[in-house]
Amino acid sequence: MKKHVDARGLSCPEPVLLTRQALQDQVVKEITVLVDNKVAVENVTRMAENSNCQVKIEKQDSDFILTLIKTK
Amino acid sequence: MQKHALIILSGLLLGALAVFLVFMGNPGNYGVCIACMLRDIAGALGLHQAQVVQYLRPEIIGLSLGATLAALITKEFRASGGSSPIIRFSLGFAGMLGMLVFLGCPVRTVLRLAGGDFNAGIGLIGLIIGIIMGTMFLRRGFSLGRAAKMSPANGYVFPLFILSLLTAALIIPSFFFASKTGPGSMHAPLLLSLGAGIVIGIMAQRSRLCMAGGIRDAIFFKDYHLMYGFLAVFVAALVGNLLVGSFKLGFMGQPLAHTDGLWNFLGMLLAGLTAILLGGCPLRQLVAASEGNTDAVATVLGLLAGAAFAHNFGWAASAKGVPQAGQVAVVLGLIFTLGMAFALCKFKVGGEVKNEKTCGC
Repeated sequence: MKKHVDARGLSCPEPVLLTRQALQDQVVKEITVLVDNKVAVENVTRMAENSNCQVKIEKQDSDFILTLIKTK
Repeated sequence: MQKHALIILSGLLLGALAVFLVFMGNPGNYGVCIACMLRDIAGALGLHQAQVVQYLRPEIIGLSLGATLAALITKEFRASGGSSPIIRFSLGFAGMLGMLVFLGCPVRTVLRLAGGDFNAGIGLIGLIIGIIMGTMFLRRGFSLGRAAKMSPANGYVFPLFILSLLTAALIIPSFFFASKTGPGSMHAPLLLSLGAGIVIGIMAQRSRLCMAGGIRDAIFFKDYHLMYGFLAVFVAALVGNLLVGSFKLGFMGQPLAHTDGLWNFLGMLLAGLTAILLGGCPLRQLVAASEGNTDAVATVLGLLAGAAFAHNFGWAASAKGVPQAGQVAVVLGLIFTLGMAFALCKFKVGGEVKNEKTCGC
């Protein structure tokens, strides 16, 4: 199952928190996270990599789309 | 370790420069303190009348300009706002009351500790408890709501204000109040303070250094990235203090500090709690304000206003201790902050945050 997290405009550490909650769902294998600043990109990426996820980052206008795929 | 190199370097630089600034004239363990320095700036602008703590600290000016410069160069400058500005202002105000009762922000807590000041150890325990309390609210869904993108002009207001302060200070230094005695009169040479501020600002913007965030992430996410920065500040300042002979172990006779443990604890508990609810310590707020984040500007204005009130009405602590009015201010600040924290868990500012977070495609 895929999940979608829209964390645009939220201040630190809410994007990480929402993503982590989504990751904890066992049936979810892939999550896309939408954020709007570099700090959130770095924080979510770091958390995802620490949680055994592969992270792909794309820029879309002024937003960033992070695709997280669980490797375990 | 390579991915932590920048944050460690930033912490080491901040710690080393802080000791150097004290060596060059700043008060003891006061090389960098966002709270005290904003308090001195509030005094320089005449927002409070405590004549011993008035000086337009160039470190803050430099720090802000350095952060703006780094954000512009890396294209990270981005005007945004609208995430509960008035609550951010109030939490900044309340946090400042706590920090002025302890006498330091989270950065100075570490610097004081690195100078051997045990009182800061009690403050640090308060800070950690405040941070744990803050993370408990975050777990329960506390949110100040979403910020929206704004027209760039909004983002430039704060940097232009800072630039104007610098310009005025360079052209007509007498424009601002400046202490003739007391801590406000003790400072490193202007260009040195400014230069150090710029370096710290650039590094803090690039590394996202945040003292409260370091403790929060370590406890909350078992992510020690920001913590490395925190520890690096401590190590560099400790080594620096030992080298220049400004290390003094104990509770008594510490520079710009008092020994009232209860209020050191509660003051920093309030500081930690507000920092977590705001998403970062005063250093991080100042950097974010300089990157175009107008919500962080609201916080910095709250910090300035809190300092002005604290010194106009005698709420701030001094080496002599904590006045009764200051104790009342901290308790009221705690009640207000906890009330806001509960209210914002329940009602969710920007309500759709929860619904949007899992649309289960």
